Amino acid sequence: MKHYLVLRVIAKLLIPFMLLFALYVQFHGDFGPGGGFQAGTIAAAAVIFYALIYGLPNARKVVPSWLVEAMIASGVLLYAGVGIAGIFLGGNFLDYFVLSADPVAGQLRGIFWVEAGVAITVSGVMLKVFYMFAGRGRDEAE
Amino acid sequence: MMAVAVVALARSRNLFSVVVLGGIYSFLMATVMVALDAVDVAMTEAAVGAGISTVLLLSALHLCKSEEAKPLHRPWLPLLLAVATGAMLVYGTLGLPAFSDPAAPIHTHVAPRYINDGPRETGVPNIVTAVLASYRGFDTLGETTVVFTAGIGVIALLRRRRRNRDEEEQ
Amino acid sequence: MSTAGYFAYWVTIFLLMAGLYILIARGNLIKKLVGMSIFQTSVYLLYIAPGKLIGGTAPIFAEQFKVYSNPLPHVLILTAIVVGVATLALGLALVVRIREAYDTIEEDEILALDDKLEREKE
Repeated sequence: MKHYLVLRVIAKLLIPFMLLFALYVQFHGDFGPGGGFQAGTIAAAAVIFYALIYGLPNARKVVPSWLVEAMIASGVLLYAGVGIAGIFLGGNFLDYFVLSADPVAGQLRGIFWVEAGVAITVSGVMLKVFYMFAGRGRDEAE
Repeated sequence: MMAVAVVALARSRNLFSVVVLGGIYSFLMATVMVALDAVDVAMTEAAVGAGISTVLLLSALHLCKSEEAKPLHRPWLPLLLAVATGAMLVYGTLGLPAFSDPAAPIHTHVAPRYINDGPRETGVPNIVTAVLASYRGFDTLGETTVVFTAGIGVIALLRRRRRNRDEEEQ
Repeated sequence: MSTAGYFAYWVTIFLLMAGLYILIARGNLIKKLVGMSIFQTSVYLLYIAPGKLIGGTAPIFAEQFKVYSNPLPHVLILTAIVVGVATLALGLALVVRIREAYDTIEEDEILALDDKLEREKE
Protein backbone atom coordinates (compact mmCIF):
# COMPACT_ATOMS: atom_id res chain seq x y z
CA MET A 1 0.00 0.00 0.00
CA LYS A 2 2.97 2.30 0.41
CA HIS A 3 3.24 3.38 -3.22
CA TYR A 4 -0.47 4.04 -3.34
CA LEU A 5 0.07 6.34 -0.35
CA VAL A 6 2.67 8.36 -2.24
CA LEU A 7 0.28 8.76 -5.18
CA ARG A 8 -2.58 9.86 -2.95
CA VAL A 9 -0.51 12.49 -1.17
CA ILE A 10 0.89 13.89 -4.40
CA ALA A 11 -2.59 13.93 -5.91
CA LYS A 12 -3.91 15.87 -2.93
CA LEU A 13 -1.14 18.41 -3.42
CA LEU A 14 -1.43 18.73 -7.17
CA ILE A 15 -5.15 18.74 -7.88
CA PRO A 16 -5.90 22.16 -6.31
CA PHE A 17 -3.04 23.64 -8.31
CA MET A 18 -4.34 22.07 -11.49
CA LEU A 19 -7.79 23.56 -10.92
CA LEU A 20 -6.25 26.91 -10.07
CA PHE A 21 -4.16 26.75 -13.23
CA ALA A 22 -7.28 25.99 -15.25
CA LEU A 23 -8.99 29.08 -13.84
CA TYR A 24 -5.88 31.15 -14.49
CA VAL A 25 -5.68 30.03 -18.10
CA GLN A 26 -9.37 30.79 -18.54
CA PHE A 27 -9.29 34.32 -17.22
CA HIS A 28 -5.88 35.26 -18.61
CA GLY A 29 -6.79 34.12 -22.06
CA ASP A 30 -7.01 37.77 -22.99
CA PHE A 31 -3.43 38.59 -22.08
CA GLY A 32 -1.48 35.44 -22.70
CA PRO A 33 -1.99 32.13 -24.40
CA GLY A 34 -5.07 30.41 -23.17
CA GLY A 35 -8.80 30.76 -23.39
CA GLY A 36 -11.79 28.53 -23.08
CA PHE A 37 -10.63 25.28 -24.69
CA GLN A 38 -7.36 24.99 -22.82
CA ALA A 39 -9.00 25.84 -19.50
CA GLY A 40 -11.80 23.33 -20.01
CA THR A 41 -9.37 20.54 -20.85
CA ILE A 42 -7.12 21.25 -17.88
CA ALA A 43 -10.07 21.34 -15.49
CA ALA A 44 -11.36 18.03 -16.86
CA ALA A 45 -7.86 16.57 -16.57
CA ALA A 46 -7.74 17.57 -12.89
CA VAL A 47 -10.99 15.74 -12.14
CA ILE A 48 -9.90 12.73 -14.22
CA PHE A 49 -6.68 12.66 -12.18
CA TYR A 50 -8.78 12.60 -9.03
CA ALA A 51 -10.88 9.76 -10.44
CA LEU A 52 -7.77 7.78 -11.38
CA ILE A 53 -6.25 7.98 -7.90
CA TYR A 54 -9.29 7.83 -5.65
CA GLY A 55 -11.59 5.65 -7.71
CA LEU A 56 -14.56 6.36 -9.93
CA PRO A 57 -17.31 6.23 -7.24
CA ASN A 58 -15.55 8.92 -5.19
CA ALA A 59 -15.21 11.09 -8.27
CA ARG A 60 -18.87 10.55 -9.04
CA LYS A 61 -19.70 11.81 -5.52
CA VAL A 62 -17.63 14.97 -5.99
CA VAL A 63 -18.80 15.77 -9.52
CA PRO A 64 -22.06 13.87 -10.02
CA SER A 65 -23.34 12.79 -13.41
CA TRP A 66 -26.30 15.13 -13.50
CA LEU A 67 -24.00 18.11 -12.90
CA VAL A 68 -21.72 17.10 -15.78
CA GLU A 69 -24.64 16.64 -18.13
CA ALA A 70 -26.05 20.01 -17.12
CA MET A 71 -22.66 21.57 -17.78
CA ILE A 72 -22.48 20.17 -21.30
CA ALA A 73 -25.77 21.72 -22.28
CA SER A 74 -25.52 24.98 -20.40
CA GLY A 75 -22.22 25.99 -22.00
CA VAL A 76 -23.69 25.95 -25.49
CA LEU A 77 -26.82 27.70 -24.20
CA LEU A 78 -24.68 30.43 -22.62
CA TYR A 79 -22.86 31.01 -25.88
CA ALA A 80 -26.08 31.18 -27.89
CA GLY A 81 -27.59 33.34 -25.17
CA VAL A 82 -24.87 35.94 -25.60
CA GLY A 83 -25.62 35.94 -29.30
CA ILE A 84 -29.34 36.41 -28.77
CA ALA A 85 -28.71 39.12 -26.19
CA GLY A 86 -26.97 40.96 -28.98
CA ILE A 87 -30.16 40.76 -31.03
CA PHE A 88 -32.35 42.04 -28.19
CA LEU A 89 -30.06 45.00 -27.55
CA GLY A 90 -30.19 46.18 -31.12
CA GLY A 91 -27.35 44.61 -33.06
CA ASN A 92 -27.01 41.48 -35.14
CA PHE A 93 -26.50 37.97 -33.80
CA LEU A 94 -23.30 37.75 -31.74
CA ASP A 95 -22.60 41.47 -31.86
CA TYR A 96 -20.66 42.41 -28.77
CA PHE A 97 -20.43 46.16 -29.04
CA VAL A 98 -24.09 46.63 -28.06
CA LEU A 99 -23.67 44.83 -24.75
CA SER A 100 -22.43 47.86 -22.87
CA ALA A 101 -22.30 51.63 -23.16
CA ASP A 102 -18.69 51.67 -24.32
CA PRO A 103 -18.15 49.38 -27.37
CA VAL A 104 -14.77 48.14 -26.22
CA ALA A 105 -16.16 47.25 -22.78
CA GLY A 106 -18.97 45.47 -24.59
CA GLN A 107 -16.42 43.46 -26.52
CA LEU A 108 -14.64 42.51 -23.31
CA ARG A 109 -17.89 41.46 -21.65
CA GLY A 110 -18.98 39.44 -24.64
CA ILE A 111 -15.64 37.68 -24.94
CA PHE A 112 -15.68 36.87 -21.22
CA TRP A 113 -19.06 35.17 -21.30
CA VAL A 114 -18.40 33.40 -24.56
CA GLU A 115 -15.14 31.93 -23.34
CA ALA A 116 -16.83 30.87 -20.08
CA GLY A 117 -19.50 29.03 -22.06
CA VAL A 118 -16.87 27.28 -24.17
CA ALA A 119 -14.88 26.19 -21.09
CA ILE A 120 -17.98 24.80 -19.38
CA THR A 121 -19.00 22.74 -22.38
CA VAL A 122 -15.50 21.44 -23.16
CA SER A 123 -14.76 20.37 -19.59
CA GLY A 124 -18.21 18.79 -19.27
CA VAL A 125 -17.83 16.76 -22.46
CA MET A 126 -14.31 15.54 -21.66
CA LEU A 127 -15.36 14.51 -18.17
CA LYS A 128 -18.58 12.83 -19.32
CA VAL A 129 -16.75 10.85 -22.00
CA PHE A 130 -14.26 9.68 -19.39
CA TYR A 131 -17.09 8.70 -17.04
CA MET A 132 -18.75 6.73 -19.83
CA PHE A 133 -15.61 4.82 -20.76
CA ALA A 134 -14.54 4.11 -17.21
CA GLY A 135 -18.05 3.26 -16.05
CA ARG A 136 -18.48 0.82 -18.90
CA GLY A 137 -15.54 -1.27 -17.81
CA ARG A 138 -16.72 -1.23 -14.24
CA ASP A 139 -20.14 -2.56 -15.18
CA GLU A 140 -18.62 -5.23 -17.38
CA ALA A 141 -16.57 -6.51 -14.49
CA GLU A 142 -19.60 -7.12 -12.32
CA MET B 1 12.53 12.78 -33.97
CA MET B 2 8.87 12.81 -34.80
CA ALA B 3 9.53 10.72 -37.88
CA VAL B 4 11.28 8.14 -35.71
CA ALA B 5 8.31 8.06 -33.33
CA VAL B 6 5.84 7.61 -36.17
CA VAL B 7 7.81 4.83 -37.89
CA ALA B 8 8.20 3.02 -34.56
CA LEU B 9 4.46 3.39 -34.05
CA ALA B 10 3.71 1.93 -37.47
CA ARG B 11 5.86 -1.11 -36.88
CA SER B 12 4.85 -1.78 -33.29
CA ARG B 13 2.35 -4.49 -32.48
CA ASN B 14 1.76 -3.94 -28.79
CA LEU B 15 -1.19 -1.59 -28.59
CA PHE B 16 -0.13 -0.04 -25.32
CA SER B 17 3.17 1.08 -26.82
CA VAL B 18 1.22 2.41 -29.82
CA VAL B 19 -0.81 4.65 -27.52
CA VAL B 20 2.24 5.85 -25.61
CA LEU B 21 4.11 6.62 -28.84
CA GLY B 22 1.09 8.59 -30.00
CA GLY B 23 1.29 10.65 -26.83
CA ILE B 24 5.01 11.24 -27.38
CA TYR B 25 4.26 12.36 -30.93
CA SER B 26 1.69 14.86 -29.68
CA PHE B 27 4.12 16.27 -27.14
CA LEU B 28 6.84 16.67 -29.77
CA MET B 29 4.33 18.37 -32.03
CA ALA B 30 3.46 20.81 -29.23
CA THR B 31 7.18 21.62 -28.82
CA VAL B 32 7.55 22.25 -32.55
CA MET B 33 4.58 24.56 -32.43
CA VAL B 34 6.14 26.63 -29.67
CA ALA B 35 9.19 26.95 -31.91
CA LEU B 36 6.86 28.19 -34.64
CA ASP B 37 5.42 30.91 -32.32
CA ALA B 38 2.03 29.23 -32.05
CA VAL B 39 1.75 29.29 -28.27
CA ASP B 40 -2.05 28.99 -28.02
CA VAL B 41 -2.08 26.05 -30.36
CA ALA B 42 0.83 24.41 -28.56
CA MET B 43 -0.95 24.62 -25.21
CA THR B 44 -4.14 23.18 -26.69
CA GLU B 45 -2.29 20.41 -28.51
CA ALA B 46 -0.35 19.45 -25.40
CA ALA B 47 -3.45 19.42 -23.20
CA VAL B 48 -5.74 17.73 -25.69
CA GLY B 49 -3.45 15.52 -27.73
CA ALA B 50 -1.06 14.29 -25.10
CA GLY B 51 -3.52 14.43 -22.21
CA ILE B 52 -7.12 13.70 -23.07
CA SER B 53 -6.42 11.60 -26.17
CA THR B 54 -4.05 9.34 -24.33
CA VAL B 55 -6.48 8.90 -21.42
CA LEU B 56 -9.34 8.04 -23.77
CA LEU B 57 -7.23 5.63 -25.81
CA LEU B 58 -5.99 3.89 -22.67
CA SER B 59 -9.49 3.47 -21.27
CA ALA B 60 -10.75 2.16 -24.61
CA LEU B 61 -7.78 -0.19 -24.72
CA HIS B 62 -8.66 -1.47 -21.28
CA LEU B 63 -12.22 -2.07 -22.42
CA CYS B 64 -11.04 -3.92 -25.52
CA LYS B 65 -8.76 -6.10 -23.45
CA SER B 66 -5.57 -5.00 -25.23
CA GLU B 67 -5.60 -7.28 -28.25
CA GLU B 68 -2.05 -7.54 -29.50
CA ALA B 69 -2.14 -9.65 -32.62
CA LYS B 70 -1.96 -7.57 -35.74
CA PRO B 71 -1.34 -9.79 -38.76
CA LEU B 72 0.71 -8.34 -41.56
CA HIS B 73 -0.73 -8.98 -44.99
CA ARG B 74 1.53 -7.64 -47.70
CA PRO B 75 0.64 -3.96 -47.58
CA TRP B 76 2.04 -2.95 -50.95
CA LEU B 77 -1.05 -1.22 -52.31
CA PRO B 78 -1.49 1.15 -49.35
CA LEU B 79 2.24 1.87 -49.35
CA LEU B 80 2.08 2.70 -53.04
CA LEU B 81 -0.95 4.89 -52.46
CA ALA B 82 0.76 6.76 -49.63
CA VAL B 83 3.93 7.32 -51.64
CA ALA B 84 1.98 8.46 -54.71
CA THR B 85 -0.08 10.95 -52.68
CA GLY B 86 3.09 12.16 -51.00
CA ALA B 87 4.76 12.71 -54.38
CA MET B 88 1.78 14.71 -55.61
CA LEU B 89 1.84 16.84 -52.48
CA VAL B 90 5.57 17.49 -52.84
CA TYR B 91 4.95 18.55 -56.41
CA GLY B 92 2.26 20.87 -55.09
CA THR B 93 4.48 22.47 -52.48
CA LEU B 94 6.96 23.51 -55.17
CA GLY B 95 4.43 26.16 -56.08
CA LEU B 96 4.20 27.49 -52.53
CA PRO B 97 6.19 30.51 -51.38
CA ALA B 98 9.35 29.74 -49.50
CA PHE B 99 9.25 29.26 -45.77
CA SER B 100 8.78 32.50 -43.81
CA ASP B 101 8.42 34.89 -46.70
CA PRO B 102 6.83 38.16 -45.53
CA ALA B 103 5.37 38.91 -48.94
CA ALA B 104 3.47 35.62 -49.14
CA PRO B 105 -0.28 35.99 -49.79
CA ILE B 106 -1.11 34.52 -46.43
CA HIS B 107 0.25 37.62 -44.72
CA THR B 108 -1.26 40.30 -46.90
CA HIS B 109 -5.04 39.99 -46.99
CA VAL B 110 -6.89 39.94 -43.69
CA ALA B 111 -4.13 39.28 -41.18
CA PRO B 112 -2.68 42.84 -41.13
CA ARG B 113 -6.10 44.22 -40.25
CA TYR B 114 -6.46 41.80 -37.38
CA ILE B 115 -2.97 42.50 -36.10
CA ASN B 116 -3.25 46.27 -36.43
CA ASP B 117 -6.82 46.88 -35.32
CA GLY B 118 -7.51 43.88 -33.09
CA PRO B 119 -6.16 45.09 -29.75
CA ARG B 120 -7.63 48.53 -30.29
CA GLU B 121 -11.11 47.46 -31.33
CA THR B 122 -11.62 44.63 -28.89
CA GLY B 123 -9.43 45.65 -25.97
CA VAL B 124 -7.83 42.22 -25.83
CA PRO B 125 -4.04 41.94 -26.37
CA ASN B 126 -4.15 38.27 -27.32
CA ILE B 127 -4.96 38.51 -31.03
CA VAL B 128 -5.80 34.83 -31.34
CA THR B 129 -8.46 35.09 -28.62
CA ALA B 130 -9.79 38.29 -30.19
CA VAL B 131 -10.17 36.65 -33.59
CA LEU B 132 -11.53 33.41 -32.12
CA ALA B 133 -14.13 34.97 -29.85
CA SER B 134 -15.01 38.21 -31.56
CA TYR B 135 -14.17 38.45 -35.24
CA ARG B 136 -14.87 34.77 -35.96
CA GLY B 137 -17.20 34.14 -33.04
CA PHE B 138 -19.75 32.31 -35.15
CA ASP B 139 -17.21 29.63 -36.03
CA THR B 140 -16.48 29.12 -32.36
CA LEU B 141 -20.19 28.64 -31.73
CA GLY B 142 -20.17 25.93 -34.37
CA GLU B 143 -17.15 24.31 -32.79
CA THR B 144 -18.77 24.29 -29.35
CA THR B 145 -21.79 22.65 -30.93
CA VAL B 146 -19.54 19.99 -32.46
CA VAL B 147 -18.05 19.20 -29.06
CA PHE B 148 -21.55 19.09 -27.60
CA THR B 149 -22.69 16.71 -30.34
CA ALA B 150 -19.70 14.44 -29.75
CA GLY B 151 -20.56 14.27 -26.05
CA ILE B 152 -24.18 13.46 -26.84
CA GLY B 153 -23.05 10.81 -29.32
CA VAL B 154 -20.83 9.09 -26.79
CA ILE B 155 -23.62 9.16 -24.24
CA ALA B 156 -26.01 7.62 -26.77
CA LEU B 157 -23.54 4.91 -27.73
CA LEU B 158 -22.33 3.89 -24.31
CA ARG B 159 -25.32 4.56 -22.14
CA ARG B 160 -26.87 1.19 -21.46
CA ARG B 161 -25.92 -0.34 -18.16
CA ARG B 162 -26.22 -3.90 -19.56
CA ARG B 163 -28.66 -5.08 -16.97
CA ASN B 164 -30.19 -7.83 -19.06
CA ARG B 165 -27.30 -8.93 -21.17
CA ASP B 166 -29.04 -11.73 -23.06
CA GLU B 167 -31.99 -9.62 -24.11
CA GLU B 168 -29.84 -6.87 -25.56
CA GLU B 169 -27.37 -9.01 -27.49
CA GLN B 170 -29.87 -10.45 -30.00
CA MET C 1 17.42 28.93 -50.06
CA SER C 2 15.01 27.15 -52.36
CA THR C 3 15.54 23.61 -51.06
CA ALA C 4 15.99 24.64 -47.45
CA GLY C 5 12.84 26.72 -47.74
CA TYR C 6 10.79 23.71 -48.71
CA PHE C 7 12.38 21.28 -46.23
CA ALA C 8 9.80 22.16 -43.59
CA TYR C 9 6.96 21.26 -45.96
CA TRP C 10 8.57 17.98 -47.00
CA VAL C 11 9.01 16.78 -43.44
CA THR C 12 5.35 17.59 -42.81
CA ILE C 13 4.34 15.65 -45.92
CA PHE C 14 6.37 12.65 -44.74
CA LEU C 15 4.54 12.71 -41.40
CA LEU C 16 1.23 13.10 -43.24
CA MET C 17 1.89 10.09 -45.43
CA ALA C 18 3.05 8.00 -42.48
CA GLY C 19 -0.22 8.77 -40.69
CA LEU C 20 -2.22 8.00 -43.83
CA TYR C 21 -0.37 4.71 -44.29
CA ILE C 22 -1.14 3.64 -40.71
CA LEU C 23 -4.75 4.60 -41.23
CA ILE C 24 -5.33 2.54 -44.36
CA ALA C 25 -2.85 -0.32 -44.10
CA ARG C 26 -3.22 -1.61 -40.56
CA GLY C 27 -6.13 -3.78 -39.63
CA ASN C 28 -6.44 -3.15 -35.90
CA LEU C 29 -9.15 -0.57 -35.27
CA ILE C 30 -7.42 1.20 -32.40
CA LYS C 31 -4.21 1.48 -34.39
CA LYS C 32 -6.23 2.95 -37.23
CA LEU C 33 -7.62 5.58 -34.88
CA VAL C 34 -4.14 6.44 -33.63
CA GLY C 35 -3.04 6.74 -37.25
CA MET C 36 -5.96 9.08 -37.91
CA SER C 37 -4.96 11.24 -34.99
CA ILE C 38 -1.36 11.38 -36.26
CA PHE C 39 -2.69 12.35 -39.69
CA GLN C 40 -4.70 15.20 -38.18
CA THR C 41 -1.79 16.44 -36.09
CA SER C 42 0.45 16.55 -39.16
CA VAL C 43 -2.19 18.62 -40.96
CA TYR C 44 -2.00 21.15 -38.13
CA LEU C 45 1.73 21.42 -38.70
CA LEU C 46 1.09 21.88 -42.41
CA TYR C 47 -1.13 24.85 -41.64
CA ILE C 48 0.97 26.53 -38.99
CA ALA C 49 4.36 26.29 -40.67
CA PRO C 50 3.58 28.83 -43.45
CA GLY C 51 2.30 31.30 -40.87
CA LYS C 52 5.60 31.77 -39.12
CA LEU C 53 7.79 34.75 -39.79
CA ILE C 54 11.39 34.30 -38.76
CA GLY C 55 12.14 37.17 -36.36
CA GLY C 56 8.51 37.58 -35.43
CA THR C 57 6.93 36.58 -32.18
CA ALA C 58 3.74 35.04 -30.89
CA PRO C 59 0.64 37.02 -31.89
CA ILE C 60 0.04 38.63 -28.51
CA PHE C 61 0.18 42.38 -28.61
CA ALA C 62 3.02 43.93 -26.63
CA GLU C 63 4.68 47.30 -26.90
CA GLN C 64 8.21 46.16 -27.68
CA PHE C 65 7.39 43.81 -30.58
CA LYS C 66 6.66 44.96 -34.09
CA VAL C 67 6.56 41.77 -36.15
CA TYR C 68 4.03 39.09 -35.29
CA SER C 69 3.41 35.68 -36.72
CA ASN C 70 0.16 35.30 -38.55
CA PRO C 71 -2.71 34.61 -36.13
CA LEU C 72 -5.24 33.29 -38.63
CA PRO C 73 -3.88 29.72 -38.95
CA HIS C 74 -3.70 29.55 -35.14
CA VAL C 75 -7.43 30.21 -34.89
CA LEU C 76 -8.33 27.60 -37.49
CA ILE C 77 -6.08 24.97 -35.97
CA LEU C 78 -7.41 25.62 -32.45
CA THR C 79 -10.85 24.70 -33.71
CA ALA C 80 -9.45 21.74 -35.62
CA ILE C 81 -7.70 20.27 -32.57
CA VAL C 82 -10.87 20.24 -30.51
CA VAL C 83 -12.91 18.81 -33.36
CA GLY C 84 -10.23 16.13 -33.77
CA VAL C 85 -10.48 15.00 -30.20
CA ALA C 86 -14.28 14.96 -30.47
CA THR C 87 -13.97 12.66 -33.50
CA LEU C 88 -11.51 10.46 -31.62
CA ALA C 89 -13.92 10.13 -28.68
CA LEU C 90 -16.79 9.11 -30.93
CA GLY C 91 -14.58 6.68 -32.85
CA LEU C 92 -13.42 5.05 -29.65
CA ALA C 93 -17.01 4.70 -28.43
CA LEU C 94 -17.82 2.93 -31.71
CA VAL C 95 -14.80 0.64 -31.30
CA VAL C 96 -15.90 -0.31 -27.80
CA ARG C 97 -19.37 -1.21 -29.07
CA ILE C 98 -17.88 -3.20 -31.96
CA ARG C 99 -15.70 -5.09 -29.52
CA GLU C 100 -18.74 -6.00 -27.47
CA ALA C 101 -20.73 -7.09 -30.49
CA TYR C 102 -18.07 -9.00 -32.47
CA ASP C 103 -15.59 -9.88 -29.73
CA THR C 104 -12.68 -8.71 -31.88
CA ILE C 105 -11.23 -5.46 -33.17
CA GLU C 106 -9.33 -6.72 -36.18
CA GLU C 107 -10.87 -5.50 -39.39
CA ASP C 108 -10.44 -8.77 -41.33
CA GLU C 109 -12.10 -10.85 -38.66
CA ILE C 110 -14.99 -8.40 -38.40
CA LEU C 111 -15.58 -8.52 -42.15
CA ALA C 112 -15.42 -12.33 -42.11
CA LEU C 113 -17.95 -12.47 -39.27
CA ASP C 114 -20.23 -10.10 -41.18
CA ASP C 115 -20.06 -12.27 -44.29
CA LYS C 116 -20.88 -15.32 -42.22
CA LEU C 117 -23.88 -13.59 -40.62
CA GLU C 118 -25.18 -12.51 -44.01
CA ARG C 119 -24.87 -15.98 -45.43
CA GLU C 120 -26.65 -17.44 -42.43
CA LYS C 121 -29.53 -15.02 -42.88
CA GLU C 122 -30.27 -16.21 -46.40
